[in-house]
Amino acid sequence: MGEEIIRFKGVTKAFGRNVIYKNLTMNIRRGETLTIIGGSGVGKSVTMKLLIGLLNPDSGSITAFDQEVTTMNEKQLIALRSRIAMLFQGAALFDSMTVAENIKYPLIEHNWGTAAEMDKRVSQVLEMVDMPGIEKQRPAELSGGMKKRVGLARAIAIQPEVILYDEPTTGLDPINVRRINGLILSLQERLGVTSLVVTHDMDTVFTVTNRLALVYKREIAFIGTPDEAQNHDLRYLREFVQGGKGTLDEDL
Amino acid sequence: MDSILQLLTNIGETARLTGKAIRELFRPPFEWKLMLVQLEQCGVDSWSITFLTAIFTGMVMAMQFAIGLEPFGASLYTGKLVALGIVRELGPVLTALLVGGRVGSGFTAEIGSMNVTEQVDAIRALGADPVRKLVLPRMVAMTLACPLLTVMADLIGCFGGAIITIFEVDVTFRFVFEQMTETVGIADLMHGIGKSVFFGYFIALIGCWNGLRTHGGTEGVGIATTQTVVYTSITILISDFLLTRMFLVIYG
Repeated sequence: MGEEIIRFKGVTKAFGRNVIYKNLTMNIRRGETLTIIGGSGVGKSVTMKLLIGLLNPDSGSITAFDQEVTTMNEKQLIALRSRIAMLFQGAALFDSMTVAENIKYPLIEHNWGTAAEMDKRVSQVLEMVDMPGIEKQRPAELSGGMKKRVGLARAIAIQPEVILYDEPTTGLDPINVRRINGLILSLQERLGVTSLVVTHDMDTVFTVTNRLALVYKREIAFIGTPDEAQNHDLRYLREFVQGGKGTLDEDL
Repeated sequence: MDSILQLLTNIGETARLTGKAIRELFRPPFEWKLMLVQLEQCGVDSWSITFLTAIFTGMVMAMQFAIGLEPFGASLYTGKLVALGIVRELGPVLTALLVGGRVGSGFTAEIGSMNVTEQVDAIRALGADPVRKLVLPRMVAMTLACPLLTVMADLIGCFGGAIITIFEVDVTFRFVFEQMTETVGIADLMHGIGKSVFFGYFIALIGCWNGLRTHGGTEGVGIATTQTVVYTSITILISDFLLTRMFLVIYG
């Protein structure tokens, strides 16, 4: 894997009295897929929102591409968000717009090009997520899995270097889970994107992950390969990882 | 004590939101399309509710005055009183209360739903600004629509009052018409319309602000929407008192 492009150092974050992180420290390397696991509500998605400046940390430093994120102004943040895209948990498609308008949204904001070029890009990314020809449909007409894929198409439209996946497979049927996992993998392999994935799904973890990070007791308690995780001293981590594997074996 | 603190926090937040919106207003290009959509949704579509409120208010006022003033032999002044009452006070205030209930709660419901489904975060993540995309168009549209609707309410209210006056007091249409046009001066009109500009701004501001801070899923959206109706009504009634004082100083 390449050089470290994203660094969290000693980041703390609390919502009122609810402390989410007392020490968030981790690095992400270019081209890798790093998965964050942890119990529900421990603030895994908060990591992503901190990284693209949707939330501000209370203290600590976050750097992306050697630039400090925490002190960026709105203009610098917009530039950053053209390099780091996010796929939201519920896809967060705009209900009032068609699929094509949704995907064009970031293209317009980042001045992608002429109307024809944008239309071409829209059909191109829809092709990539295996859903060609649905430009005119509205989000309300799509199933959960389709929404996720359109959300992914919207995220990759501006050719980001890093993609943040917030629970990409939660609530989807096994076929769609496999399809999304396949997309994450192929984006990494074909386009060399760096991925940060938040998930509960051990299937996803073992399919797409290069390195794994565990959020436990308000910090990153472990970061390493999935194999290392299975033999780690921390029981919580072993149970988390093997628990997933266990159910997997049963399913097979 | 807590509630006073909360009130001050709310006022501070709305002031900051106004500040941001004004800054975006002067940062070209202006989002005409979004504004026109809002102008149609909250202005044009509020036509019927304004019409009904105004015509019945005018008619009821005329009926009350015609009969109430009879013992003093002052029934002939009915037209004057109705016209002044509508143009200076009831036209702007009732329109604002009704439209505020309809439009303000709609703003909160829409923006609140977008907020809890992470669509507001998505706007930011895709390189745009929610204040620019959501708040500013609504604020401009309402600040324009409210005075326009008030002018309409004034005309319709006076018309309704005139009709009833003709029957109850037994005068000609010509008499009432001339009486009304002689009584109501530019100052009276400006007094009422001036207030409605502020009301329109308050409705949009409270609706958007409360939508943007909505949390807690669909239940939260419900709570916020109800809250907006209450906040908007209270704000309109209290500010009416202060604005009336202010315009009395300006126009006499």
